[in-house]
Amino acid sequence: MATHSKNHYFVPHGSLYPSVLSAGILLLATGFIFSVAMDRSKDLAYLQTPGKWMMYFGTAVILWMVFKWMGAVISESLSGKYKNWEDKSFRFGMIVFICSEVAFFAAFFGALFYMRVLSVPELASYAPDITPYKDFLGTWPSTGPGGNVLGAEYVPPANFKPMHWMGLPLVNTIILLTSGATITWAHWGLIKNNRKQLVVGMALTVALGIAFLACQALEYHEAYTEMGLTLGSGAYGATFFMLTGFHGFHVTLGTIMLIVILLRCMKGHFTPEHHFGFEGVAWYWHFVDVVWLGLFIFVYWL
Amino acid sequence: MSTVTVAHHEEHHDHPTGIMRWLTTTNHKDIGTMYLTFSLIMFLVGGSMILGIRAELFKPGLQLMNPDFFNQLIGIHALIMIFAALMPAATGFANWMIPLQIGAPDMALPRLNNWGFWLLPPAAILLTLPFTLALFGIGDGALATGWTFYPPLSLQGGIGVDFAIFSVHLLGISSVMGSINIIVTLFNMRAPGMTLMKMPMFAWGWLITAFLLVATIPVLAGAVTMLLTDRHFGTHFFDAAGGGDPILFQHLFWFFGHPEVYILLLPVWGFIPQILQTFSRKPMYGYKAQVYSLWAIGALSVVVWAHHFFTAGMPVPALLYFMYSTMAISLPLAVLFFCWIKTMWRGSMSFETPMLFAVGWIILFGIGGLTGLVLADVAADAQYHNSYFVVAHFHYTLFAGGIMGIMAGVYYWLPKMTGHMYSEKLGKLHFWLTAISFNLTFIPQFFLGLAGMPRRIPDYALQFAEFNMISSIAAFVLGLSQLLFVYNIVSCIKGGKKATDKVWEGAEGLEWTLSSPPPYHSFTDQPVVK
Amino acid sequence: MQVLKKVGFGLGILLASLGAYADYSWNFPEPVTPMALDTLHVHNKFMLISMAIFLSVLAIMIYSIFAHRKSKGYKAVADKAPSTAVEIFWTLIPFAILLLIDFVIMGIPAYHSVVMMEDTRDKASMVIKITGSQWRWQYEYLDGDAQGIKFVSNLTTTNDQMNNAADKGENYLLEVDNPLVLPVGEKVRILMTASDVLHNWWVPQFGSSRLAVPGFIRETWVQVEKPGTYRGQCKELCGKGHGYMPVVVNAVSMEEYKTWVAAKKEEQAKAIAGADKEWTKEDLMAEGKKVYEKNCAVCHQVTGAGLPPAFPAITGSKISISPIFGEDGKYLPDSHMDRVLNGKNVMPAWKATLNDTEIAAVITYERNALGNSVGDVVQPSQVKAARQ
Ligand code: HEA
Ligand code: HEA
Ligand code: HEC
Ligand code: CUA
Ligand SMILES: [Cu+2]
Repeated sequence: MATHSKNHYFVPHGSLYPSVLSAGILLLATGFIFSVAMDRSKDLAYLQTPGKWMMYFGTAVILWMVFKWMGAVISESLSGKYKNWEDKSFRFGMIVFICSEVAFFAAFFGALFYMRVLSVPELASYAPDITPYKDFLGTWPSTGPGGNVLGAEYVPPANFKPMHWMGLPLVNTIILLTSGATITWAHWGLIKNNRKQLVVGMALTVALGIAFLACQALEYHEAYTEMGLTLGSGAYGATFFMLTGFHGFHVTLGTIMLIVILLRCMKGHFTPEHHFGFEGVAWYWHFVDVVWLGLFIFVYWL
Repeated sequence: MSTVTVAHHEEHHDHPTGIMRWLTTTNHKDIGTMYLTFSLIMFLVGGSMILGIRAELFKPGLQLMNPDFFNQLIGIHALIMIFAALMPAATGFANWMIPLQIGAPDMALPRLNNWGFWLLPPAAILLTLPFTLALFGIGDGALATGWTFYPPLSLQGGIGVDFAIFSVHLLGISSVMGSINIIVTLFNMRAPGMTLMKMPMFAWGWLITAFLLVATIPVLAGAVTMLLTDRHFGTHFFDAAGGGDPILFQHLFWFFGHPEVYILLLPVWGFIPQILQTFSRKPMYGYKAQVYSLWAIGALSVVVWAHHFFTAGMPVPALLYFMYSTMAISLPLAVLFFCWIKTMWRGSMSFETPMLFAVGWIILFGIGGLTGLVLADVAADAQYHNSYFVVAHFHYTLFAGGIMGIMAGVYYWLPKMTGHMYSEKLGKLHFWLTAISFNLTFIPQFFLGLAGMPRRIPDYALQFAEFNMISSIAAFVLGLSQLLFVYNIVSCIKGGKKATDKVWEGAEGLEWTLSSPPPYHSFTDQPVVK
Repeated sequence: MQVLKKVGFGLGILLASLGAYADYSWNFPEPVTPMALDTLHVHNKFMLISMAIFLSVLAIMIYSIFAHRKSKGYKAVADKAPSTAVEIFWTLIPFAILLLIDFVIMGIPAYHSVVMMEDTRDKASMVIKITGSQWRWQYEYLDGDAQGIKFVSNLTTTNDQMNNAADKGENYLLEVDNPLVLPVGEKVRILMTASDVLHNWWVPQFGSSRLAVPGFIRETWVQVEKPGTYRGQCKELCGKGHGYMPVVVNAVSMEEYKTWVAAKKEEQAKAIAGADKEWTKEDLMAEGKKVYEKNCAVCHQVTGAGLPPAFPAITGSKISISPIFGEDGKYLPDSHMDRVLNGKNVMPAWKATLNDTEIAAVITYERNALGNSVGDVVQPSQVKAARQ
């Protein structure tokens, strides 16, 4: 039976990671809701503290389970359980997963295009005798006409300036593009079994990732303190921060994964033939890179 | 049959038992069973909720509940039925049958598969928790916006909306994980010799469903995330004062929501022809035509979304585009209908329960589809939109097309899964009761809609009284008939006549070459398909 | 198939008796605008075609079910896998039939209907603006003689009727205090908007329905061709009162319309005059009770107890018993005046909907009834000043 021929497909034995992970997510979500519940009703303010603790606990459970799960995967990989057949599954899986991420970003790009091309111009298009927005021009970048439409007065920020593509965004573009190159260079190193090139390449990529995040933090700081550009500044603010924010979140995840891979490279994991872990993360990193180009063009530049 | 040896599980003999078996399992059949059980339970929960609605609508005036609670029930009913009953049922079949049908040792990513399932119970808890909390005076109940979450109403709502948002996130992650698994399994785990164009139709249906899920679920996730930030973090996606637009949400929601209805039905369109072919004892007609039609439907489904809000005010060219593209979906469906009927034509038919359900399904889904075609007309839709006509349309597609299709599948595969025959007599009774009471529930709703009764109202004008009364009575019969179904399944699991390996005389396909029930490790020897 | 026959027979009888029982038609109600007439034609044509398809397909299937069954000893034909050419030929037939139906038989008339439906401005002789809010419609005449007329249309069905404590009237849930009045035969351009959430203004006999989107202005039109009273409902879920915001339109001849306009104008002039005079507390309280029960009781309840946590109580609420005006005579932020004029979150802003007298009256009423007894009085002139 247990002929470990080349047609053996590895089915891992059962583990609690998935179910406990889900329980952690349940805690995190419930805790989050409790801790923002008072937004809706002051009566629920007492939920805030328990909510916070649920969130912390849920996050801890999630981190713990991800750690264990990934640990199990790494040790299975090291003990040679994954052959070409399994490897192919992982590759397919990663590609499909990245496609779903693309669709997620598409939603926010869609919102950006919609507001920019349709809703903002429409709000500025009503005839003068009926329009509720007297001097609204509807040019992009726009923080909206302002007023009280849904029960809360909104005043567009007075000192609003959109983010210009020169400066930090351009620097960030260069950083990310370079990191794409360094990770490829590291990959070549891996294939040639040149461990030094691999480790140096990875370390550079991690450094660039962190540099990117630092620049973005700086950019956000500037936006909030000097440019009147916040999450709440109308159509521009919402799309700007949601798009760049989710991208930044992905960069953060990517950087963490890169660090893990770097450590594994330093420990001598991966062979020139088998290194899906490395490749998966590299693909992810390239995906983050490409999304950034989209952001750079449509959010900052045009 | 020549074979290629495939060895199996890492651990061969010490499977945990009891609850730990289910919590930890990586076995595709165990996971499939969990999906199907979960689905059945949630179907009963969602159905009981709507019986509350039908009881309230039994006669004019407010009898049982206040309007706010009414609104909570309809939204949760729909979310549960769609996301927690229908989708998991299809995924359950996928887990059970796809490896068997394509001769694979298991699903490609077993641990991920387990996670896909275990995201569902938390999601169901999130969806229903606000009800319970409201009983203890916390918050004001579940989301009361209908299943469509339209802002600004959903911006006003209480914590029930937040719970539903996170529930949708979990359901979404679960679906994406399931889809990844199925896509990978279909591409990477097929038995040697089984080319794509030799795959069973069910596998095709699911492949396209999985693609649609991967492309659209994340968009829904994005949309509800915007809702969340609009609610709590001051963004203005859906507020005109900030340059946003409530209609933006409708675009995003239906960009997911319309493909979703085909996501629900594509797996059914996959196995119904298999059932027809089994009981007609004749190969299915037009395999290629069906595969291409499924692709066409999948492709068209992502470009027609705006037919759900024709009355929201769109420029004429947009209206025309969405009308004509929606109508175009009827072309591949006509081809499918034709192939289904041609498969039966001049076969040697017998009418066991699965076949009864399949044939009834064709007729009833036909009604749902044809009324959908009518809805696609922009001018007439001004009348139909948000009236009970639409409610009747989508129950013909969702209950008849979805749930009754799934029931056909349950009866078809139950003997294979349990190793026992179900009671044919009860099965037939269940079919007739369901089909008749279903029609009596929803035909009156077509007329209610035409006469001008809007949906989602807790009370109605006197002229709508008679039809509502009929509909309510029939709904209760429909509900009670489902108890037969449950009873039949449970007693079939417990025991009954032993099923043969092939179960049905005319059955074709790899799943019927295994014993009933199949061994814990399905294909230890991967078959070679010629 | 004995069962089938029995069931079919039973169903037939049931449907027939249903038909006799239900005293209204099985189709759209009688159309009274060109658009509704058009929709009805479209609908009928569609239904006929669908029926024809459905029945012919059904007939083929049923024939096959009866003829080709195993129990009758029918042997399956050895259908060899058809050649691709044959298969393409056969499957193209249903494809072609539907192509014809979709894009020619149904598609071309649909095109004309859509163009007509969206042409809101051509030959329109008057413009009105409709605002949906939770849970009432507000109508405003924007041009012509009637320019400046503006009123709110509320449901008049009583709570007792809804709770089955009183007999339901003929127009249960479809009756309002101020119906929209339109002249017969004129094309009326309608601007549609909303003040809080989505609503949808729908009168089945007009065949027009359009979403009311807060912050946006959408358009539609009606041209009523027959005098009468027409009833419809809000058609977009808008919260707990969604079932309780009917639309009632009186279509009258031009003369009657003119008389109505004159009367309405006079009424409004009176109301404005009333705003300048000093009101007694009793009059304010009496007027306030009316306003309160009409506009506020849906949420805050007739007793003032509200429906916490969604809708706060008025009885003993901090806002309703703390001072309204500051030292300088201006109203304070978050005071009673502020909340009623400007609203907050779900609480609507009433400044556009109620006139000075009504607001003064309802505030006075809330402070001195419903279990509160602050004792002060708000005069319409103070509201007028507060609006500035
Ligand atoms: C699985 C579910 C499902 C399916 C398959 C469909 C299928 C279709 N639907 Fe439906 N629809 C819903 C679920 C579904 N729908 C839901 C849930 C809603 C409401 C959502 C909400 O608002 O809450 C809705 C609403 C909805 C609307 C919006 C109505 C409104 O709100 O104003 C429209 C408008 O175009 C529409 C159109 C269609 C069309 C053209 C199809 C086409 O795919 C149909 C194609 C099929 C055919 C054309 C049949 C062809 C058949 C033959 C030729 C043979 C006939 C014969 C026999 C008797 C055997 N649907
Ligand atoms: C897969 C999807 C699905 C399914 C299966 C159903 C099943 C049913 N639905 Fe549902 N429905 C929707 C999807 C679905 N629905 C959607 C999407 C909406 C729109 C919501 C919105 O507006 O947002 C909707 C809305 C909706 C409405 C409109 C509410 C409104 O607008 O005001 C109505 C009204 O009659 C209704 C009725 C029913 C009935 C009678 C069943 C029956 O088929 C249910 C039968 C099952 C049971 C009854 C449970 C089984 C039995 C037991 C639990 C035993 C106990 C029984 C007794 C004690 C009698 N549904
Ligand atoms: C749509 C439902 C609704 C209607 C109709 C409504 N209100 Fe309110 N009202 C609310 C809600 C919700 C609040 C709480 C607002 C908040 O603080 O978020 C409120 C708050 C108030 C308050 C402040 C109570 C407090 O102490 O916080 C007053 C006073 C009030 N409303 C008066 C009125 C008057 C007068 C009317 C009618 C002319 C009216 N309301 C109609 C929903 C409504
Ligand atoms: Cu207003 Cu529904
Ligand atoms: Cu659709």
